[in-house]
Amino acid sequence: MILAELGPTPYLALGAILFAAGAVGLLIRRNPLVMFMCVELMLNAVNLTFVTLARELDDVGGQVAVFFVLVVAAAEVVVGLGIIVAIFRRRQGATADDISLLKG
Amino acid sequence: MEAVVFYVGAVICLLGAAGVILSESPVHSALSLVGTLFGVAVLFVAQDAEFLAAVQVIVYAGAIVVLFLFVIMLLGVDSTDDITVEPLKGQRVLAAISGLTVAGVLLFVVAIKGKVTGQHATAARDTPGVPNVEELGRLLFTRYLWAFEITSVLLIIAVVGAVSLARHRKDALVDHDLPHDDLPDLAVAAEEPAS
Repeated sequence: MILAELGPTPYLALGAILFAAGAVGLLIRRNPLVMFMCVELMLNAVNLTFVTLARELDDVGGQVAVFFVLVVAAAEVVVGLGIIVAIFRRRQGATADDISLLKG
Repeated sequence: MEAVVFYVGAVICLLGAAGVILSESPVHSALSLVGTLFGVAVLFVAQDAEFLAAVQVIVYAGAIVVLFLFVIMLLGVDSTDDITVEPLKGQRVLAAISGLTVAGVLLFVVAIKGKVTGQHATAARDTPGVPNVEELGRLLFTRYLWAFEITSVLLIIAVVGAVSLARHRKDALVDHDLPHDDLPDLAVAAEEPAS
């Protein structure tokens, strides 16, 4: 490819930083929607790592893994947002602390 | 050349990630998330994964973020977190420490100590000259066919789950421990003598 001068290390480092950022966001935020977005951030960090190693090891299987991660992420978001809507319908302005008991 | 692309993409990604974590309003978080997703798509293109870059923009930035925004609008945009108060004492410090630990360990592994080990591919080699979409499609429908079919089952389960969650039941339970004027309108309308 035309641009093959940078090794895998910068990409992997960026993936590590993005993953840690998503984890910190998941820990400090209390809005369930924002927590979901932080999960997406972590998934993207892993996707970036997959693609980097797919290039490094010359293996398209890594890209297929990213494809499946995308599908699972889409399904997860649909179900998760459905749960959040169902919770918010019953109590307004819920945060993750209010719904810690898994019961009404 | 690749370095320029990488640094631009990396800066977009990191700014977007910071925006997701630090914005008070969920709408701003969702818009920052679009930035990160675009940055990752740029890095996909820089690494010969053109199909995944397109899917990233279409599915993630197009569908998932729109779904997020839709739910935020449905639930009311004014539900901002007050991120200046800390609900659990000391939790942010611990979160920062553990986040830095995770980042430190991962960076140590990949950047300082690391070299990529592992066998190079034999079956799924990236043949030069063949388009990325063709390679991916060939693998998806031969080697990973079983996983692909299972994916359709997963999607059907997700659709059924989402529909049954979103269905508005007439006999929906309401929270009796809440004072009545705190109840959302829908729940008040549905409040029948729940056995």
